[in-house]
Formats: sequence, structure tokens, C-alpha cells
Amino acid sequence: MLSVSNPLLVVEHLTMRFGGLIAVNDLSFSVGRGDITALIGPNGAGKTTVFNCVTGFYKPTEGRLALARSGIAAAQDVADLTQSGAQHKQMPSGDIYLLERMPDFRIAHKAKVARTFQNIRLFQGMTVLENLIIAQHNPLMVASGFSILGVLGIGGYKASEQQAVEKAKSWLERIGLIDRADDPAGELPYGAQRRLEIARAMCTDPVLLCLDEPAAGLNPKESLELNTLLRSIRADHSTSVLLIEHDMSVVMGISDHVVVLDYGTKIADGTPSEVRNDPKVIAAYLGVDDGDEMNPAHGGAK
Amino acid sequence: MATTNKNDDGFNWAFALKEAAFAAIITAGLSFPILALRTDMDISNKLILNQRWSWLIVAAVLVFVGRLAVLSYAARPKSTRAASTAPQSDSSKFIAKWISAVGLLALFLFPIVVTSALGGQGALKWINNYGVQIMIYIMLGWGLNIVVGLAGLLDLGYVAFYAVGAYAYALLSTHYGLSFWICLPLAGILAATWGVILGFPVLRLRGDYLAIVTLAFGEIIRIVLINWVDFSGGYAGVSSIPRITFFGLPFNDNVGSFSNFFGLTYSPIHRTIFLFYLILCLALLTNYVTMRLRRLPVGRAWEALREDEIACRSLGINTTSTKLTAFALGAMFAGFAGSFFAVRQGFVSPESFTFLESATILAIVVLGGMGSQIGVAIAAVVLIGGTELLRELEWTKQIFGQDFDPAQYRSLIFGAAMVIMMIWKPRGIVSTREPSIFLKEKKSVSGDLVAEGHG
Amino acid sequence: MEVFLQQLINGLTLGSIYGLIAIGYTMVFGIIGMVNFAHGDVFMLSSFIGLIIYVAITQLLGLSSPMFAFLLALAASMVLTSLWNWSIERVAYRPLRGSFRLAPLISAIGMSIFLSNFVQVVQGPRSKSINGILSGTFNFGADGGFGVSLPYSSIVIFFVTVILLAIFWYIVQRTPLGRAQRACEQDRKMASLLGIDVDATISITFVMGAALAAVAGCLYLLKYGSVNFADGFLPGVKAFTAAVLGGIGSLPGAVIGGLLIGLIEVFWSYYISTDYKDVAAFSILAVTLIFLPSGILGRPEVEKV
Repeated sequence: MLSVSNPLLVVEHLTMRFGGLIAVNDLSFSVGRGDITALIGPNGAGKTTVFNCVTGFYKPTEGRLALARSGIAAAQDVADLTQSGAQHKQMPSGDIYLLERMPDFRIAHKAKVARTFQNIRLFQGMTVLENLIIAQHNPLMVASGFSILGVLGIGGYKASEQQAVEKAKSWLERIGLIDRADDPAGELPYGAQRRLEIARAMCTDPVLLCLDEPAAGLNPKESLELNTLLRSIRADHSTSVLLIEHDMSVVMGISDHVVVLDYGTKIADGTPSEVRNDPKVIAAYLGVDDGDEMNPAHGGAK
Repeated sequence: MATTNKNDDGFNWAFALKEAAFAAIITAGLSFPILALRTDMDISNKLILNQRWSWLIVAAVLVFVGRLAVLSYAARPKSTRAASTAPQSDSSKFIAKWISAVGLLALFLFPIVVTSALGGQGALKWINNYGVQIMIYIMLGWGLNIVVGLAGLLDLGYVAFYAVGAYAYALLSTHYGLSFWICLPLAGILAATWGVILGFPVLRLRGDYLAIVTLAFGEIIRIVLINWVDFSGGYAGVSSIPRITFFGLPFNDNVGSFSNFFGLTYSPIHRTIFLFYLILCLALLTNYVTMRLRRLPVGRAWEALREDEIACRSLGINTTSTKLTAFALGAMFAGFAGSFFAVRQGFVSPESFTFLESATILAIVVLGGMGSQIGVAIAAVVLIGGTELLRELEWTKQIFGQDFDPAQYRSLIFGAAMVIMMIWKPRGIVSTREPSIFLKEKKSVSGDLVAEGHG
Repeated sequence: MEVFLQQLINGLTLGSIYGLIAIGYTMVFGIIGMVNFAHGDVFMLSSFIGLIIYVAITQLLGLSSPMFAFLLALAASMVLTSLWNWSIERVAYRPLRGSFRLAPLISAIGMSIFLSNFVQVVQGPRSKSINGILSGTFNFGADGGFGVSLPYSSIVIFFVTVILLAIFWYIVQRTPLGRAQRACEQDRKMASLLGIDVDATISITFVMGAALAAVAGCLYLLKYGSVNFADGFLPGVKAFTAAVLGGIGSLPGAVIGGLLIGLIEVFWSYYISTDYKDVAAFSILAVTLIFLPSGILGRPEVEKV
């Protein structure tokens, strides 16, 4: 296991069962702060299940997912929090959250974990701009006095909304969609929808951005643009990235750390070059041991 | 129309006639026992059959003609068809811009115009049966539009909150002598509370299931109102509810009344006109709040919820509380409308709060085009005004004889109209969506992209 | 004990009728994912058709055996009600298939209003009652005292329900038609690509649902001897409850749900309150949907992220 000096998220002994099926089995890995961490593996290896556990859409059967929003979480503090049964603990160095105890929307809101989806989930009937404004729901909700002041027209909601629009505009410029701000999201081409979904997730100011196959369905040029976008996100923001990807040019090109899953268990964990040469990884992908059931890496989404 | 251009658009007469004949034969088959043989009780309470085969023939002929008309309409020349689906032209944008202003002005002038044209007695019916009646449904439609149109939550028991509002005023005023102006906000709060109580357990259900549970809750409330006689008066309901006053001045012939205070000759029309303006203001309040909320985070969250609930959760939106606010707010406006209903009728009974009412309001919202305020208003005018107009068909007795009662065809036509209008415009009258915010140019979103909600 | 047994018989009789209607809901929901709101009114209509044909056979044609006349009326009602439901699907639902999800629901509600008012207009608002189709009973227990009576009609209702269920179960499970239905349930587009006539399969589903509703309608007549134009709504909602309780999409589930609803309603009426007997059904509906949305025999739905 690659030792991560400053982990943002520490996943320990994560297990997810669906009835009799074990989708993820005793998985442990860390996501380094400021890193791009890739989660790879053949189809059906349990990658999206890990994502759904991290973002709270599934409640893990077992395991601990500790996220320290800033600073380094001391092991003792995490243990204390686990003992106390609470969802999070305020620390001088930064709050610690136990994601397995939190519902999905609170993970996004409080622990600041944002995500995208394998099959893009934009608000298709709303405009590009609206999509980015909705991502800033929680701060705007406070600014509107939980709608009560907003309806009466009291308070500084207008100014906050203007700020939100400015933020949206800056993201639209970065992803090259500023001219399409007033078009419905559903009318955008596929690649643009992918970029918009990432921008929308970034508008929530996440500390961890989880991307579920961001390069799926993109052409080589769009793939390169995506690489640039992800690198710039890492460079400009205090956002770490966890991504699932089949496109090896993306994985090997941008990630700092690669975790390989097969049949719900971890088979490799290290830098891209380490993983690339790992015989177990090669076996899992090329199917030396049990080739009948394995698909090549560039398979359809699952 | 088809007859004139059968040559240039190649309308296939043989096919159309065959289709129409087929439909007529099916109709004859369908109506054979139920239409042609009427059961009646004779003096000894025994069932006897009256045969009326002419009805069957009339039905078959009507269907034959109707089917032919539909087919020829569907086969009309391409040019006219293209025009009807062309993108918004400048003139239609102009109309869209001004229709609400003109409509509003018309509504404000309506009682004055009608009264001066028809005089006090003649105007009463028009203001009461058409004006007030339609405005109630516009308000209910706007209230339900928050729940169904914006948040995408299918509610088939909306009338329950209308009932809560009506009984709140009826009981509080008759038992405790509270005035309408105190009861109105109380009724709204009570209805909203019920909205939260009923909403909380059911809001995680989706789509049709939510519809059925809300229907069940609506019926439970009605059955309780029927059977809990000590509380609600049972089937008899609550009567002699205090009438509306003009902020304390009653509408009657006595000293200290509205007409007396303002030096007018007493006329019952005063109260009706006041009621009209009252419901107009309540409806406009509903509209104002909705329009404002649409541009606030909570309103955008409702629409986002309708589009994709999972994406909402991934962005940190608390979907339960978002749904509950929509449910409670919709219920609150129904509560307001309910207490208005009670003060207008002076009498409430469970009969006014049947499932048919919920279905009517939902039909108004869906037919109007989900989420469109102006569409809902138009749909209410068409559906409610249309069924009211059917009351005006007394003259048909001259044709069909005195036994003919046109009123009993009202619901029949209403039901058929719901089906026909859905087939004609499944997405409603106004199917486009207006964005709540824009950077450079406001562009309507085509209805095909807008989701209808999942639950 | 006698009272309990008596209520058990009543409950099972009523439950069989609910179960038969529930199958129509469950099959249609299974195949096109729509609550066919008009199904309760189709049931009421079938009851009227059965009644008219029965009266026509006994009075106009002078057939003397009531039971034979009843069976003829049942068969005729099955055919005609099927034709009705086929037409309803064709006119009110098929044009809306694949469009906006709420449109078919509103259309179905409109159809429900239309049907009940149609019957009111053409047959009059009064309840039509008919007696003596099958009036005898078996009596058990103490003579003269409290005994348990088992009406012949109940026996007929049980037998008809069981036999028809067996036939329909066989059709759905063992024939190409049933396979086509289940394929459409899973994935309509794929089914049509594989050469299944989806429109025809859906039509047949409506026809089968209507035929069973017609049986229920005639048995209802046999049991209560009276029918009214407004009799579609409540049995309709209760049968839908039964379908949900049993697990929507499941045929045996619909029947089990129907029997349970029948029993609960009868026992609730006897032991708790007749006035609130409909509250029982509605509460069960709400509670089931909230806590057990997949029903007793339904497949649980996993949220796809």
C-alpha cells in the first residue's frame, strides 16, 4: 500500500454486501490531500460501489471512512470520534467526518465531497447557468434567509446571487461554455455535458471531487481537454480528486496514485508506474488466470 | 376541410371510411347492452328492460363521423401543420409578453363591466358562477402547481387541504366566533401543518405510488369528516357559517352595513363583487409568492428535484425538507382557498371535497402545462368555465323534449374532455419552461427536455 | 367462534372479488407501468352488462334456469367488457404511450369519470337490484341458534376464482403470450426488436384484465344483488390496494392481497367500526406503500445511482 503522508480520506476495511453478493470486500486505501487518486479495475470490480459508499448513496455494511477537511487527523481523534458515535468532530486543525454515518446530502454539504455520475445527471431542462446556481444552493439558502426574507425582498440576497453568478461565469469560461450559458443543459453535446457536470460539482467548493468515469464517451481531443481541466483543478484549488476511469491515457497521464480493484478486493496500490508493471494487475486486465469472465479495460460502463 | 383538398394532399378516403366503419361497428358492439337496453324498476321493484335501439344507431353514426373528422384533421396539408409547430414568432412572443397584463386588467374590470352591462340581478350569476368559481380553481391550480408542476410531486389528495381550510373557518367561526380575517391565516397554517404531517412519511415514495397514497389520505380525511359527527357534523356538514364582512361592515340592509356606510342602495351584488376581489387578491398572492420563490434557491431546488433527485442530493440539497416545503406551501394555499370557499358558501359538507375535486385540480395543472402559471390560469378558465357553460344548455330541452336534462351530461363531457385534451396536448397548453435566471438572453426551454418528476 | 367463521367466509368471498379486480391492475402496471385508474369503473360497467344480459335472457328469451342464465351473462359480460377495455386502451392510452408520464394518468382519471357518468346517464342514477339468482345456503351449527351459513353464491365465487386463476396463471407462465408479456414488462424496446408485437401484447393484457374484472363484476352481482354507477371507485381503490399489498406485478400476490383486504375489511367492520371500514383499506394502502413498497411477493426496487 502506498503510504500517503497527508491523507484527506482514509478508507479502512470497507465492505459492502447486497444480499449474498459481496461487492466490496475489506478494502483499505487513502486519498492524499491535493492528489489525483485513480480507482481502476475491470468491469464489475466494485469501483462505483466504493464511490457510492464514499458519497453516502450506499450505507457501507462495514468499515470506516474518515475524512479530515484540513490538517492531519490524529489517529487518536479518529478513534475518539468512532467511539463517540457522532458524525463529525470539530478540531482546531480541521473537522473530521465519518462518512459512513452521514446521509448523502450532508456529505456533500458538510464534508464537502462532490461527485459526478457515470451516466451524466445534469438538470436537463434547466439552463447551463441554472445548473451552476443550484450547485450553490446551501450558501444561497442562508443568504435568502431560508426563503422567508427572500420572498419579502429583505436582506442581501441579490448581492449573494450576483456573487454566485460570477462564480458560475468563471467556471463557464474555464470549460468554454460561457456562450451557451442560457441554453438548456440537455441540448449541449456530450463532451460539454461532462465538463459542465464537473464544473457543477466544483461550484459546491468541494475538498474532494469524485469523478465516475469522466472520460467515458469522449473523443481523444476531449480527453486531452479533460486532462488539462483536472490538472488545473488540482493546481488552482484545494481540491483533491478521486476518479474511476477506464481510459488509461487519462489514468496514467494525470494521477499521482492508483488503486486497483478486482472482484471487490484491492490487488494493487501505488504510483502509476508501479501499478502498470504489477503482474497481478496485468493478470486481472488481460485475464491470465480466469480470462473467460473478464472484459478488456476499454469496456462499456458498469 | 379535408373534402376540399383531398386531391392535393392525397387523403386516403378508402382507408378513412374503412377505419370509421370499423370504429362504428366497435361502438355498436360496445353499446349493445348498456346503451340499447335500459334497466328500470317497475312498480313491484322488479327490473324490466326498455329497448331503445335508436340510441345505438345514433352512437355508431356519431363515432363514424367523429372518426372521419379526426382522420381528415390528422391528414391536413403539411403547410398548415408546419405552421402550428414552428418556433415562436415575434408576434407570439409579443402575445406571451402581454397576455398576463391584459388578462389581469380584464380580471380587475370584469365585475364592473358585467354589472354595468347586465345590471345588478343579471350580473350576479356571471360574477358568482363564472368569476368567483373560476378564480377559486385558478388559485387551487396555482397552489397545486407548486407541488406537481415545480417540485414534480404527484398529489392526488390535494382537496384534503382545501377541506382542512374550509372546516377550519367553518368550525372556528361558528364555535368561537372568530372573524374571517383571523381564521384565514389560521386555516393556512393548519393546512400547512397537515401538509407536513401527511407529507413526511410519504415523500420518499415515487411517482404513481405517491399519487395513490395522497389519494388515500384525502379519502381518509373525507371519511373521518363524514363519520365524526360530533366534530364536523357528518354528512350534514356545518351550516350558518358567518358571512363575509367588508372589514367589519356586513353586507345587508341594516344600519351600519356596507351599503349604509357608503351611502349606497343595498344590493346582494356588493357581497359577490367583494368576494370576487377577495379571491382575486388571494390568487394573486399565491401567484406572487410562487413567482418569487421560483427565483430563490428553494424554488430552483424544487425544479432541480423534479429534474433529478439523485443529482440534487449529490449537491448537498436536503431533498426531504425541500419536498416538505413544497408540500406545505401548496397545502397552505389550499387552506386559504378552503376558508374562502366556506365564507362564500356559508355551508360546508364532505360532499364538496371528493376525489373528483382533486382530479379536477390536477387536470388543470397538467393541462395548463406543468409549472406554467399562465397555462394553469387558462386551463382553469377552459375546464371550469366550460363545464359551467354546460349549465346554460336549458334550450336543448326544446329539441330533445322536457325529459332531457343537459346538466347530467356535465361530468360525462368533463371526463371525455380530459381524455381528449391529454391526447391533443399531452404536455399541456404552455409546454415550454421559462428559466429562472439568465446571463444574456432569456430563452424558453422546450418541454421535451423538461422532466416531469419522479415522485 | 361461529361469528368468526361466518366473518371468515364473508371476508374470503369479498376478498376473491377484490383479488380478481386486482389482477387487472397488477398486469397493466407490470407491463406499462401505469395505474389504470379506470379499471374500477370497468368492473362496475361489467357488472351492469352482466345484469342487463341476465335480465334480457331471463325475461326476453324466457330462460328459466337462473344459474344457467347467470353463466351465459357472465360469458357475455367477459366478452363485451374485454371489448370495452380494448377500446379504452386504444383510444385513451395508446396515443399517449411513451409521452409525458402524467398524461396517461390524467387520461385514465378522465376515462374513469367518463365511464361512471356514462353509466349514470344511460342507465339512470338509481341502484339496480336483482334477487334470487342463487339464494340458497348451507347451514352448519346449531339449529335455530347462531350457526354458520355458507351461501351457495360464496361457493360459486370461490370456485370460479380458483379455476380462473389457474387458467390465467398457466397463460402467463407457460404460453408464448405470457412470455411476450413478461418480456415487455422487462424492456419494451428490446422486446419489439426481438419481434414481439408490443401493441398487441399490451392490448391482450388489457383484455385479460377486463375479462377478470367482468368475472368480478358478475360475482359482485351474485353476492350483493345490486349495482350502482358509483360502485366502481371504492372496489377499484381497494383492489389496487390489494395489488400493492401483494406486490405489484405479481399475479398470486394480487390474489393474496385481495383476500387479505377482504378479510381485514370484514373483520374490521365487525369488531371495530363499520363506519370506518374504508379507512381500514386506505390506511393499509398508505402503510404498505410507506413501509413495504414492494409488497408481499414483489421484487424490491434498488435505487440506481
